[in-house]
Amino acid sequence: MEFFERFAIPHPSPAIYASMVAIAIVSIAIVVGITYFKKWGYLWREWLTTVDHKRLGIMYIIAAILMLFRGGADAIMMRAQLSAPENKLLDAQHYNEIFTTHGVVMILFMAMPFIIGFMNFVVPLQIGARDVAFPRLNALSFWLFFAGAMLFNISFVIGGSPDAGWTSYFPLADNEFSTSVGTNYYMIAIQIAGLGTLATGINFMTTILKMRAPGMTLMKMPMFTWSALITNVIIVFAFPVLTVALAMGTLDRLFGTHFFASTNGGMDMLWANLFWVWGHPEVYILILPAFGIYSEVISTFARRNLYGYKSMVASMVIISLLSFVVWVHHFFTMGQGAFVNSIFSITTMAIAVPTGVKIFNWLLTLYKGKITMTTPMLYSMLFIPLFTLGGVTGVMLGMSAADYQYHNTMFLVAHFHMVIIPGVVFAMLAALYYYWPKMFGFMLNDRLGKIGAWIIAIGTLVAFMPMFISGLDGQARRMYTYSEASGFGIWNMISMVGALMLAAGFALIVYNIYYSFRYAPRDIGSDPWDARTLEWATHTPVPEYNFATMPKIDSYETFWDSKKKGTPLFPDKIEKIHMPNNSGIPFIMGIIFFMWGFSFVFAMWIPLIICTLGIFACMAYQSFENDHGRYISIEEIEETEKELGGKR
Amino acid sequence: MKLKRALLLAIVAIAAVLAGCEPLTVLNPKGPQAEVQANDIMMSIWLMSGIVIVVFAMLAYMLIKFRSSKQGKDYEPPHIEGNKWVEAVCVGIPVLIVAYLSFVSVQSNYKVEATPPGYEDKEPLVVYASSSNWKWHFSYPEEDIETVNYLYIPTDRALEFKLYSFGPITSFWIPQLGGQKYAMADMVTTLHLAADHPGEFMGRNANFSGKGFAENTFDVTAMSPVEFEEWVDEVHQTADPITEDKFEELLEPGHLGKMTFTGTHLDFSPAPEGHEHHQSNDEDSEENHENHDEHEGHSDHSSH
Repeated sequence: MEFFERFAIPHPSPAIYASMVAIAIVSIAIVVGITYFKKWGYLWREWLTTVDHKRLGIMYIIAAILMLFRGGADAIMMRAQLSAPENKLLDAQHYNEIFTTHGVVMILFMAMPFIIGFMNFVVPLQIGARDVAFPRLNALSFWLFFAGAMLFNISFVIGGSPDAGWTSYFPLADNEFSTSVGTNYYMIAIQIAGLGTLATGINFMTTILKMRAPGMTLMKMPMFTWSALITNVIIVFAFPVLTVALAMGTLDRLFGTHFFASTNGGMDMLWANLFWVWGHPEVYILILPAFGIYSEVISTFARRNLYGYKSMVASMVIISLLSFVVWVHHFFTMGQGAFVNSIFSITTMAIAVPTGVKIFNWLLTLYKGKITMTTPMLYSMLFIPLFTLGGVTGVMLGMSAADYQYHNTMFLVAHFHMVIIPGVVFAMLAALYYYWPKMFGFMLNDRLGKIGAWIIAIGTLVAFMPMFISGLDGQARRMYTYSEASGFGIWNMISMVGALMLAAGFALIVYNIYYSFRYAPRDIGSDPWDARTLEWATHTPVPEYNFATMPKIDSYETFWDSKKKGTPLFPDKIEKIHMPNNSGIPFIMGIIFFMWGFSFVFAMWIPLIICTLGIFACMAYQSFENDHGRYISIEEIEETEKELGGKR
Repeated sequence: MKLKRALLLAIVAIAAVLAGCEPLTVLNPKGPQAEVQANDIMMSIWLMSGIVIVVFAMLAYMLIKFRSSKQGKDYEPPHIEGNKWVEAVCVGIPVLIVAYLSFVSVQSNYKVEATPPGYEDKEPLVVYASSSNWKWHFSYPEEDIETVNYLYIPTDRALEFKLYSFGPITSFWIPQLGGQKYAMADMVTTLHLAADHPGEFMGRNANFSGKGFAENTFDVTAMSPVEFEEWVDEVHQTADPITEDKFEELLEPGHLGKMTFTGTHLDFSPAPEGHEHHQSNDEDSEENHENHDEHEGHSDHSSH
């Protein structure tokens, strides 16, 4: 019995027990359902073992939406607790765990997979590739992410959630002050997911650099692919820092080292530095693909080419470079003195210049356009004003002397939500509406979509604008309660209303998916938006080989040119196509990694060693397996093409 | 129009910040450092509002003028690559704005990291402020006094807070006197403040430090030099001396009310000053140098 005591949660509450029951019921229902409908074979063949970038992309997006609701539930609980002074809904420990998991889940298990999901689905199509460079590695990336995400998510019912904030600063995150296994979950789960992300970075960098269709030079790549390329370069440079920091944190917590401890020569500031050397580029890993999405959407629905293509590319490159030299602005108040702060203050504000260039280029893309206000376009048009509000407050935060007053307050919280929600979340929702017909063969209802967009946009303003005010009034972030005399009550109550509006908006999106699934017409063709880039040149649903023959590229809008000027896009004859085989190894490795992480969290060394051996066995099997892929014959391709509406 | 409504809401929200029913704490400074910061904040709010208005206006113009419903059915938008003059303006104006803000920012940095102007004639009052879960200990070496969770300060002298922590990283913050700075276990940071007028202010730890973080606050009372002297005398007459055992007891995690002692814990539990961060305008660097030798065995990042 003693063995099992470690799995108990240190701070149980009825809500957590209810969640345990709900998780158990849902899990059983899923297993029973799949068995009843005899879908195990289908699931295994078509999804669990797939190496197809489109399916992996869809799985990433489904996981991201699930995590959005997990993180959203945390957010609602936090806002509810703070909605009134001296509220007793949550106690301090519970609140601390919730804001920690909210941050980690939203950044690493919602925003990241959402972005990587769209990169998976869109990038190979946009560059005319048949798949990514390393399809199996891509599957492994997904399953590592998924294992990490699930491991992190079970923490609140087994052993307790991390409670030191998503930044997990030491020594607070050390054993002395964070006594549950929560922070072990943080270290290990993010590590596993992070390995997957690092592999994604290598994979997509290679794909974009080596697998573009003939004629597509770098400066003829669509803007989303450009953003994906730069993002993956940042991933490859930034994530190893996180890997090392998490490994050191794990050693501190489980093996008694003192890298970040405040005693025996350790240094707490080292964690803060390492964390943000990764953490700030991470912000741009999130926002650059979002910028790419907006570029595609705005140009499509303004019916115009993207204004200032070259300066768009240049500004992204400059942003990516600057993203590595601003990390100190996350702790201007750590005592490094006026000189260091001045340097980082200037580099921080400098980022506003390339970002401003992008905003103006989008505005100028609208100029002389023919704007149709579809749901994706509406999200993009709401993004510009809201993100500008978030962006200019970022410049204010960059003024380091003034930052001594903003730091650690709700002003900061308001700022980063006002950039991440309009910047990243709106982009992902725009992309969801925009690419939905390509992914699933029907369109989401535009009217419901627009209502949802308005609710979410106004909800964002109502939820986060008051925080600027309460922050300037002295409300520190991460306080689980405040006194009535502080006067923060009214602002937090308004925030609560905004949070509920956001919840309603997201619920409406789910309803829209259900509604459109039932009622939307299925005969929408392959290019329902009259779009401009290559992903719309293939069929819907996209055949597994993407393009029957390789497109010939001569501009960054070749598909548009071929529609308008009639230049042939696919001049070649059909030949047999080489495709990779499915593989169960990535999925199995994902499961083993999950068990490996779980053993690690609870310091169960024997299962840990067994799992480690299992991982190496999988890798060895993978290395010695003789699999050269397979060919799709010309007849088979011709049949597929005929079925989908002829060769385009 | 819905868009207008959203824009209006945003503007109203900003206006609320600017006008404020009653002055917001940070924008209601009671000391020179907080005033520097409040001025920077207000200046940047106005400047940023200008940018926001330009962007909103451009967006509104584009959306109204170039909607497809306003265009002819056969209208084909032109292909425009970009114009170097337009792009030069789009880069140039932000560069000018950022350059101006950088200029102000650098100046303010040196102001807030030094003894405020007008207070140079007297030696600053040095107070060691150390945090433990979840309390603040204030040691006045000059007055030989130690308090817990409250701070008395004179209005005629600059204040030099020496910050460190007996636990997680905390952040010492008295918004009306000036911005915050971290207190950490392995080094001492210096925060320069001053109070212009007598009054009572809120002070707190602003950096999340665990379960008791929300209540990790202290009261600040600024008073005339005479009153401050009286208080010091009174403490010496009435308070008990702080002992090592008593101090160990105080360090136990939890919350305490206000307490007053004679003597300081610095005598038996000195601040980790050998690790002081090297600050470019640190006037005490020589003093630190002396302490440095005592801590030689430790890893040291400061470059004395």
